[in-house]
Amino acid sequence: MNLLAYDFMVRALLAAAFTGFAAPAVGTYLVQRRLALMGDGIGHIAVTGVGLGLLTGHSPVWTAVIVAVLGAVLIELVRERGNTSGDVALALIFYGGIAGGVMVTGLAGGSAQTLQNYLFGSITTVSPADVWTVVVLAAIVIFVAIGFSPQLFAVCQDEEFARVTGMRVRVYTITTSVMAAVTVTVAMRTVGLLLVSALMVVPVATAQQVARGFKVTIVVAMLLGTLASVAGVVTSFYANVAPGSTIVLIALAGFVAAWPAGALLRRRRRLAEPFPVSDEEMPHDVVPEQHGHQHGDDCGHQAVEHGDHIDYVHDGHRHAMHGDHYDEH
Amino acid sequence: MTPDSATAVISVHEGNIALGGRPILRGIELAVRPGEVVAVLGANGSGKSTLVRGLMGLTPWTSGDIRLFGDPLASFRQWQRVGYVPQRITAAGGVPATVAEVVGSGRLSRRRLLMPMGRRDREAVRNAIAAVELTDRTHDAVGHLSGGQQQRVLMARALAGEPDLLVLDEPNAGVDHHNQIGLAETLRPMVSAGATVLFVLHELGPLASLIDRAVVLREGRVVYDGPPPDDATLEAFHDHHPPRLHSDHVPMKSGWDL
Repeated sequence: MNLLAYDFMVRALLAAAFTGFAAPAVGTYLVQRRLALMGDGIGHIAVTGVGLGLLTGHSPVWTAVIVAVLGAVLIELVRERGNTSGDVALALIFYGGIAGGVMVTGLAGGSAQTLQNYLFGSITTVSPADVWTVVVLAAIVIFVAIGFSPQLFAVCQDEEFARVTGMRVRVYTITTSVMAAVTVTVAMRTVGLLLVSALMVVPVATAQQVARGFKVTIVVAMLLGTLASVAGVVTSFYANVAPGSTIVLIALAGFVAAWPAGALLRRRRRLAEPFPVSDEEMPHDVVPEQHGHQHGDDCGHQAVEHGDHIDYVHDGHRHAMHGDHYDEH
Repeated sequence: MTPDSATAVISVHEGNIALGGRPILRGIELAVRPGEVVAVLGANGSGKSTLVRGLMGLTPWTSGDIRLFGDPLASFRQWQRVGYVPQRITAAGGVPATVAEVVGSGRLSRRRLLMPMGRRDREAVRNAIAAVELTDRTHDAVGHLSGGQQQRVLMARALAGEPDLLVLDEPNAGVDHHNQIGLAETLRPMVSAGATVLFVLHELGPLASLIDRAVVLREGRVVYDGPPPDDATLEAFHDHHPPRLHSDHVPMKSGWDL
């Protein structure tokens, strides 16, 4: 059975590929700002937008974009005020969004099935117009996320430092939120509003297992996101289930597969971490025993930096070469 | 505008900062001239961090004439001339970032939008990393470095912008003696080359030899401005007035100082 023989599958795959590429790009900035769950909140708010679209007969994608952007800006302003009730204020916005959406959809006479298409994604209902909207919006998000990456990185890394370099920080924080809102609505036809945040965050978490830098993390996450969404749509076609679930499960499987590699890297790094040096001369003992071999790069014992020399760790000892013998450090 | 404020790198006249309606800094007078190395000293809650945050435009002034390089703070735009090293326990965010990436963000004030880093930018980043002796860690994640090394990354980030004025907020907090000496040695050639430096410090430590002048704050006021005091004198500034407990007294909660 050739998937590409079906027009709706071509559209779904196109939408999935762009969504999978854009979502982790925005997700990386959200994770960096420790706002990993923001996508969920915006997804909840976008439900109201979908409901309004159904009620008024406009395209739900566009009404969702508008409502989600307004919601994202509202979230950003609440967060910026930084008062202790910000957390609760966000919760109120989220719940208001999803409850409002369910009610408005009901008023519009929409069935549970209609709303479900938006909550968990649906490949068969992606219209040609939807595909163009998704592709154009996703392309804009990718352009901004990559083109302004030095600025966005600086703001997400350290807002106050960015301000002291003369940057207009608020422009960039709001840009990040608006990008998140646009991504959520772009993704709602493939992953669905309730699972979109997973596509923004899970590939980033996977990439972090192996990456040391920001640039590598964002690039790897975008590739993983594309892979998961395309594979998810294909799987959902054969399994006849909502694509959101397969996309997210495949992304999570990627994380599970990368985790052992990450754990191994972390363990090796911890072992190789230099021992602290004190300023005073430490008394130490000469190791009486003879070593069966010379410690070196390839002796198999963990080599650890210790001040101006290397300690070799074995059997709970730290041995450092000193002329013709080893010292216990 | 006083005659001094036109030439001074930093000038504060009648500076007041209130946070949440509570006066924190009161009647601050401060002038830092080009090439001077000044330490702002004081106990926790004395307002020294608030003063620096105010000068960096991070905390609004309630009143006063505040100028950087002769321009009123509100309309100051030459931020590329200022290098700021915030007080920070960690330099890591939610996503790993390499030393080069974090230091590179210090170059933004000199870069144009949508343009990649030029040769000059890359060279400045390389030099800044070399100045704090982290060249061999350039491509390592900042989160994997020790506290002292992370502080040096923040230092390099400020240096990457090639500033005329360097402002360091408690650079020695939580940093071992070895790294404190390293910081002093990093700054020494810049100071000889005529850079202006403002430190916020809890104690002078190994930086003492660099410092021309000390300003001591106590309860939001300048109580001393002159040659660096020795440790015993400084101790007296902290202690010899026991804290009063009148009801109209501004409490010295550490939270206000952050």
